Amino acid sequence: MSRILAIAGAEFRIALRNRWVAIATLMMVLFALVLAAAGAAPTGDIGADRLSVTVASLTSLSVYLVPLLALLMSFDALAGEVERGTLPLLLTYPISRLQILLGKLIAHLAILALACGLGYGAAAGLALWSDPGALAGLASLWRLVWSSVVLGATFLGAGYALSALSRRPSGAAGLAIGLWLGVVVLYDLALLALIVSDGGGALTTRALPVALLANPADAFRLFNLAAAEAVAAAGGINSAAGAIPLWQSAASILLWPLAGILLAWAAFRKVTP
Amino acid sequence: MTSTLKISALTKRFGPVEALREVSLDLAPGMRAALLGHNGAGKSTMMKIILGLIPFDAGGVQVCGAAPGSPQARARVAYLPENVAFHPALTGEEQIRQYLSLRGENPRQAPDLLARVGLADARARRIGTYSKGMRQRVGLAQTLIGRPQLLVLDEPTSGLDPVSRRDFYELLDGLAADGASILLSSHVLTEVEARTDRILILSGGRLVAEGTLPDLRARAALPVALTIRPAAGADAALATALPQAARGPDGLLRLTCTQDEKLPLLARITALGGQVADLDVIPPSLEDIYSHFSKRDGQ
Ligand SMILES: Nc1ncnc2c1ncn2[C@@H]1O[C@H](COP(=O)(O)OP(=O)(O)OP(=O)(O)O)[C@@H](O)[C@H]1O
Ligand SMILES: [Mg+2]
Repeated sequence: MSRILAIAGAEFRIALRNRWVAIATLMMVLFALVLAAAGAAPTGDIGADRLSVTVASLTSLSVYLVPLLALLMSFDALAGEVERGTLPLLLTYPISRLQILLGKLIAHLAILALACGLGYGAAAGLALWSDPGALAGLASLWRLVWSSVVLGATFLGAGYALSALSRRPSGAAGLAIGLWLGVVVLYDLALLALIVSDGGGALTTRALPVALLANPADAFRLFNLAAAEAVAAAGGINSAAGAIPLWQSAASILLWPLAGILLAWAAFRKVTP
Repeated sequence: MTSTLKISALTKRFGPVEALREVSLDLAPGMRAALLGHNGAGKSTMMKIILGLIPFDAGGVQVCGAAPGSPQARARVAYLPENVAFHPALTGEEQIRQYLSLRGENPRQAPDLLARVGLADARARRIGTYSKGMRQRVGLAQTLIGRPQLLVLDEPTSGLDPVSRRDFYELLDGLAADGASILLSSHVLTEVEARTDRILILSGGRLVAEGTLPDLRARAALPVALTIRPAAGADAALATALPQAARGPDGLLRLTCTQDEKLPLLARITALGGQVADLDVIPPSLEDIYSHFSKRDGQ
């Protein structure tokens, strides 16, 4: 364990010096504050406290931002070591490749947790300040924080896998952006097209829930919106999938990080320095 | 005593390139061996195989009684790669602290280790600001962590100034005296000559010579060169007395002979008395011995 922490400590320090910590935190805080300010205008009675509404809009933001941050932090993790020539020496130390991966994961998760905590915290502060009754939404805020970190772990794992597969930072960066576009943006567009063309037929009712659960970002959105019972505030695909039980989306978001790390491990094991 | 490193009939191919061919080698504790060979001879490849970084095609490798790259072997072997690199954002001390933790040692030893390689003053600066030689020293410092039984050093003195080189070999002497085996590669033959117990010459992936320097010198049986400065007016007389000698434009006579012929020849020359102003005997240098063995295969 001390070996994993030695990797994590150095990785965190590097991220701090490379301004990654500052960039990630600033990005989250800025976007969260903009959202919170935009959502602060009275939107009529939707039967929810202000914090729950903020959490609903933060969820839509995080679906895009958390995977992006995670991929940006992870694409260089292994390809960068290969390119700098630091990997051969590290691999002669008595530490397994899985331990190296876990060390990096811990550091990057800590940065994500910090960024999400501060970003969401700022938005929540605004909501609480304008609506004292918003305390009722604290539970959903907490859920958003931990599920964001879990979502980040999935994409960190995926980023490490791409990093190991491409072995060059430039190639890994391209793959990471491609993955982000595909999983977070295009996937939903494709589903939307499916709903529209199917017109609410059997395909939509049977295939859509599976398709949403199979995508970690969609599962994350479902989990948070369903849990906060604020589906109405979000609309879109989510209303079509309101029937998915909470345990299913929870299982999806918890299983995906494991899959991500296993994938990264499998890819990393194939790297010969 | 059992050997620290045992390689038998090791073969490694990179596609059509045969980087190593049936190389066998035994390294006892406390032995300092130098691996010589031209660029692309397979030195770095052999070291990476010993570290378990790359697989091999045939033969056997045993490192401290374990398979290369196994946890037992990794715990006992220190490595200095050629062109060693570190993350430029970390300071020397932070980097060494990390390596200490990875070997299960106390990270507080970092300043001591850096002082041993002469980096005490620079330890709080980022490695990105270090000179090449300073980076090389960080690489050396990390090989001193713990008590490695085998040190595999790929061109350890590249980038070091002459004084640091001497300090480095003194460091190695200390480690070898404590029982560590050392395998290093180098292109600087003179330092290897004085500071190692055994010389291994790789050529085109094959181990073409192995032994102590006197061994190799005897086996190579290279000719000894003699230069003679004739006394004033004695040129013609000397040229007839030593018909095999070639006369250079500088007026010096040069001739070569085998080791066996050396003493009789010297006797003949001294018998010429006053006709000889000066005489130099030049034994084959390590460079000559090295080229003899490494060129034998048409390289
Ligand atoms: N990853 C690789 N892929 C293909 N060929 C390789 C690879 N690594 C080494 N080789 C080849 O193996 C041979 C031996 O290379 P190696 O690096 O071991 O030489 P070396 O003795 O260390 O040379 P130098 O003195 O220049 O460091 C060379 O012909 C090289 O081109
Ligand atoms: Mg080499």
